[in-house]
Amino acid sequence: MKEIVIISGKGGTGKTSIVSAFASLAESKVLCDADVDAADLHLIMAPEIKERHNFDAGHTAKINLDQCTQCGLCRELCRWDAISENYGVDGIECEGCGVCWYFCPEKAIEFPLNTCGEWYISHTRFGPMAHARLGIAEENSGKLVALIRGKGKELAEEKGLEYLITDGPPGVGCPVIASIGGASAVLIVAEPTVSGKHDMERVSELAAFFKVPAMLCVNKFDLNPEMGKSIETFAEGKNVKPIGRVSFDPDFTRAMVAGQTIVEFNEQGEACREARTIWENVIANLK
Amino acid sequence: MIISIASGKGGTGKTTIATNLAISVDTPVQILDCDVEEPNAHLFLRPQMEETRTFTTPVPEVDMEKCTLCGKCGEICQFRAIVVIGETVLPFVEMCHSCGGCMEVCPEKAITETTRELGFVQSGRLNGVEFVHGKLRVGEAMSPPLIKAVRAYARPELLTIIDAPPGTSCPVISAMKGVDFVLLVTEPTPFGLHDLKLAVGAVRILDIPCGLVINRSDMGDEGVLDYAKAENIPVLMEIPFDRKIAEAYSRGDMIVTAMPEMKEKFVQLYHDIAAIAGRSLS
Repeated sequence: MKEIVIISGKGGTGKTSIVSAFASLAESKVLCDADVDAADLHLIMAPEIKERHNFDAGHTAKINLDQCTQCGLCRELCRWDAISENYGVDGIECEGCGVCWYFCPEKAIEFPLNTCGEWYISHTRFGPMAHARLGIAEENSGKLVALIRGKGKELAEEKGLEYLITDGPPGVGCPVIASIGGASAVLIVAEPTVSGKHDMERVSELAAFFKVPAMLCVNKFDLNPEMGKSIETFAEGKNVKPIGRVSFDPDFTRAMVAGQTIVEFNEQGEACREARTIWENVIANLK
Repeated sequence: MIISIASGKGGTGKTTIATNLAISVDTPVQILDCDVEEPNAHLFLRPQMEETRTFTTPVPEVDMEKCTLCGKCGEICQFRAIVVIGETVLPFVEMCHSCGGCMEVCPEKAITETTRELGFVQSGRLNGVEFVHGKLRVGEAMSPPLIKAVRAYARPELLTIIDAPPGTSCPVISAMKGVDFVLLVTEPTPFGLHDLKLAVGAVRILDIPCGLVINRSDMGDEGVLDYAKAENIPVLMEIPFDRKIAEAYSRGDMIVTAMPEMKEKFVQLYHDIAAIAGRSLS
């Protein structure tokens, strides 16, 4: 089983549209949405949820005012200024470090485990899918990403499927790091803009840092061919293999509105042909 | 006044709106780029950088001469960032959240704090606009402390525009908490709408007034408009797709430079925001 993770650095370059195309094109695969913070793949895959589980991670302090003597030790020790003068805990500021709970001389602080999201195993018209939803304003996205990728891997192994296709999050921080560790390869979807190039450079550096082989495709290439080529040249110099280009095509938006992959929406179109070439090159490079 | 520009979904045009708003307004302004994982505002504003500060976070260092291997540090740490293994104590500083618990609990006072670099904060200016951004070191997971460090540059006498990261989890919250207004930039597609709803959820948890910019407003469907109406969220600006804007953006050019007639719309956007945020214009 091989896992390909689609990342981009910059948001909105077309990761999920490319993953959706792969869902149509790949024969033997499990789909995984690791963008748990703003998951969108399910909007195209229309998963039928087979299993639903709570995601429990991290703790938040809770002060029991009946027992509290207002000695002030917790406020002194808290580095997040999460405890107010009235000894209320700001759940958003609370880091879940437990220092106040540990040291409270009156044992007036509780430290319950949080349920901060849900994860699912689903059936889709393209095969099995592992996905999740992190609660709004919740932490621990990295842990949920690691969990959901693990479930995707289990599914693929259980059913003897060849590929795990993982839709990654934007950025280069915690959830992205959790998305790419141990993957067979990443595919970076870049757009030919100054910010697209800047962000692609950082995310390719991240892939190199974690020693994950990387490939590149430039989406909306014709928007600025010169910039597109400059991204490909940069990539080649960093051992990131350019494996295809996708033209700017409003069909991608139309397909999304229709809840379809680009392959379902217009199989004869140029965009579909380009996506097919990219998927074939992904397979060739995973071997 | 502090305005945070956020979106839920990435790539909807946060940076475009933040930078064009900053150079259009008729009031003293600063822009704080809090998308520290992938900061982009400098590519469009091209400020003259004046100062770069390394940003560090405290992490434990153990004096093995004093340590008795009692294990209390490992017990208090919620992040598995310090463990006793055999005859030694190993701090895993990448996992450390800098809470200071291990140092506090150590009965032998064997733990002190050293620093670990998370990234840097850079500041500068262009044509009277003050500019600050943070850049997370590649390979580093923890962005919220760096976001807070960038926000510490906010000056109450200026209009502060924050360019927030995408998503709805801790980094976004760090970039929105305590601001006066959140301007949500979206696109009228199913992905845009889905992530907008999450972003609105976050804004409502924080109890901040918000408004909407719909970018590429003619590429998609009616979902976002219907939602805005149902939720009573004011649509403050709509920008139709224009290949000229997309190409200018790709080169790093500002909308208001490529299409000077847009400047007035950004000024109006600011006045509308100020009116909603309930502050009088200085």
